[in-house]
Order: sequence, then C-alpha cells, then structure tokens
Amino acid sequence: MVTKTRSIFFTYLRRDLLISYRRRGETIGPAIFFVMATTLVPLALSPEAESLRGIAAGIIWVMALFATLLSVENVFASDFKDGSLEQLLIGPNLLVMPVLGKVMAHWLTTGVPLAIISPILGLMLSLPSEAFIPLVASLALGTASLSLIGALGAALTVSLQKGGLLLTLIVMPLYIPIIIFGSATAQYGIDGFTWTGPLAILGVLFAVVMVLCPLAIAGILRLTTIT
Amino acid sequence: MGSQCLLRAEDLCFERDDLCVIDHFNFELNPGDILQVEGSNGSGKTTLLRLLSTALHPSSGRILYDEKELSDCRYEYCSNILFIGHQIALKDSLTPAENLDWLSAIKLSNDSILKALDLVGLRDYVNIPNIRLSAGQQRRVTLARLLLSNAKIWFLDEPFTAIDAQGVRLVKHLIEDHSKKGGAVVLSTHQSLDMVNIRRLCLSNEESGANLW
Repeated sequence: MVTKTRSIFFTYLRRDLLISYRRRGETIGPAIFFVMATTLVPLALSPEAESLRGIAAGIIWVMALFATLLSVENVFASDFKDGSLEQLLIGPNLLVMPVLGKVMAHWLTTGVPLAIISPILGLMLSLPSEAFIPLVASLALGTASLSLIGALGAALTVSLQKGGLLLTLIVMPLYIPIIIFGSATAQYGIDGFTWTGPLAILGVLFAVVMVLCPLAIAGILRLTTIT
Repeated sequence: MGSQCLLRAEDLCFERDDLCVIDHFNFELNPGDILQVEGSNGSGKTTLLRLLSTALHPSSGRILYDEKELSDCRYEYCSNILFIGHQIALKDSLTPAENLDWLSAIKLSNDSILKALDLVGLRDYVNIPNIRLSAGQQRRVTLARLLLSNAKIWFLDEPFTAIDAQGVRLVKHLIEDHSKKGGAVVLSTHQSLDMVNIRRLCLSNEESGANLW
C-alpha cells in the first residue's frame, strides 16, 4: 500500500493549475485588471515623473491587492458547488496538504504573473530601473501571503451565496501589515535605500501566515460544511 | 450480536434547524450486504448516507466500523469508503480521465482509467471536457469510480439518476459483483431492485402529508 499512496498536495496543485490553464481567459483577468487600473492613475493625477515617484509603489501594491481579492473567492467556491469539497472532506487525508496545494496554485496563477509584469508598470510610471528588483521581490513574496490570507476568507464565506463583500471585509484588515511592508520595500528601492529590511519583515509575515493559515483553513472548512 | 459486523450505527440522531431528520436510528451492515434505503422525499435518505460517509456529524449516537469507534479509526474508515452523492464532484473543465485521476486516493495507471471508461461506455469521450458531456454521461463518469476504487463500503445516493436502462443494468451488476467480493453497499433509490441478497430499510416521515393520498 505504501508505494501506491500519492502526494495529495501535488494532486490538488496539478488539478487546479490544469483548471486554470483550461480557463485561461478567466485566469488572466486579475493581471489585466492590475495593468489597466494602474494605467489609469497617471491619467487621473499627473503624468509627471517626479510626482509619480512618490506614489507609484503604493499604487502598484494597492492594485495588486485588489487583483488578488478579485480571484481569491473562487479558490473554494467552485469546489463547494460541484461537491469536490465534500469528496475532499470525507477523504482519509489531512486537509492541510490539499489546501496548501490549492493556495499555491492560486499564487502561481495570480501572484506570480503580477510580480512578473510589474516592471512594465514600473516603466510606465517612470520608475528608476534599480527599483524593479525590489518591486518584483516584494510582490512575489507578498502575494503569497495575500493568497493564503485570501483563502482563509474564501473558506469562511464558502457556504454563502454572495460572499464577495463579506470576504473583502474579513480579509482587508489582515492585509494591512502585508501592504505596509510590501510597498515600503518597493518605495525604498525607488528612493535608492537598502530595501532588504522591509523585505525581511515581509518574509517573516509570510512564514507566520504560511504556518497558521492552512491549519485555520482546514478547521474552517470542516466547520462550515458540517450543516 | 456476537458476530463481527462491518459497520454498525447505534442510536444515530441528526437534527437540523430544530427538526429531527434522523431519529434514533440503528442498523448493521455485514460484508456482502446490499442495503437499499427507501423513504419519501425529505425522509432523510441523503442525510443518512452523508452521516455514514462522515460528510455530516451526528447530533448524538455513534457509528462503529469493525466494532471500533469512528474517531479511533478515521483514516482506516475513510480510506475504505466511497461516497457518490447528488453532486457529482467532477470539474467542468477537466476531461473524464483527469477527473477520475484526481478523485482517486491512489495513483492510477492510464490503462486502468481507460479500461474503466471503456466499460461505462465513454471510450470516445476520454478527452472531452466534462461540461460538454450530457447529464447521463457525467453520471457514468462517476460510475467509473466504482470500478477504480478498492473501497469496502460504497455509499451511493440515487445512483440511477439520469442513467439509461443499459446503464442501470451495469450499476446493478457492479453492486452485485462488489457484494460477492465481500464488500458492502448502501444505496438510496426509489426503484425496486430485483437482487437476491438485498435488504430494504424504510425511513418513514410521519409528519408529511403524503399518506393522505
């Protein structure tokens, strides 16, 4: 029997990545939102390089947060509707690993693309090229935390018909530390300071969230689906 | 009572919104048993199957597997049951083969999946996304899970929904075969099944007005 057991983490990671690939149009939605919403800011405020420098990091980070929120609701909602979640819950395995697999799939399909296209937005907001590495690093690390916390909210609202607004209200306060240190990392990079300090704090936050969120999500899923 | 039974429910109760759905329910399931759960709509057939498959927790009472409390042998029990409910648990954008692959607790070879899909009559639909299959075909994909699973106890909630006559014969054959191999089946259906070793269990719903007619 031992040789036949499989890694349920990779099963769910692969499954969700495959579904995202089949629904490419839906999957790139957050990235398109990210680009378009960020593009609007210089149009609405001022296209001057000097004034953009001060706000660019914050804008990119806020937009990345909204883009993540847009897609995170679906992490458990579709599984709940079609009964896959029930099949997962009555399975013999611990819930933590499949939950982690699903959240990682979400991060790979939303957070990582956001981080990858952020230098293009940096260019558009006329940021110095030294700022690109801290921008990408902070987004790559920060969106992982955003996905984990977002999945927590998604699990809490999974049995609601329209849980979107409630999900936002639950998750927003928890996003505050991430956005503070994420945008600080990018801003330090823009201003030419050493940016590893805030990035390290972002890493600490990720470590905490990484340990606690899957456990909390597993517990919440067990509770919300009982009735 | 001395004999070892596979699954036993003792004084099982389940309440939802102050309504007693399952009321002091007792039953025993032995290897080879086929148990048909009957009852009017709303009498708690699905609830009973979901309780037994641990998707719901009983308000009181206990379920014993191999004479052991479920909380003591959850891993063992859950790896030995297969529950197919009203919700078919297939992802719309995946093909039948991919769906069967992720649903299985063990790693399946491609050949065994293809063989199972062939047996349920979906050979030509192996690479078609689930959303383009008809309701009956989707149901047949879930039937292929019966062929691929090595679970001892099957819980089938209305397994004949949306399935044609030939499919119904196939399901009956699978159930009988499973029972001959020493497995047990609990199924809910309104159809009368002509199987030899089938036991019937009627969940009554006294408060409903159905008796008036």
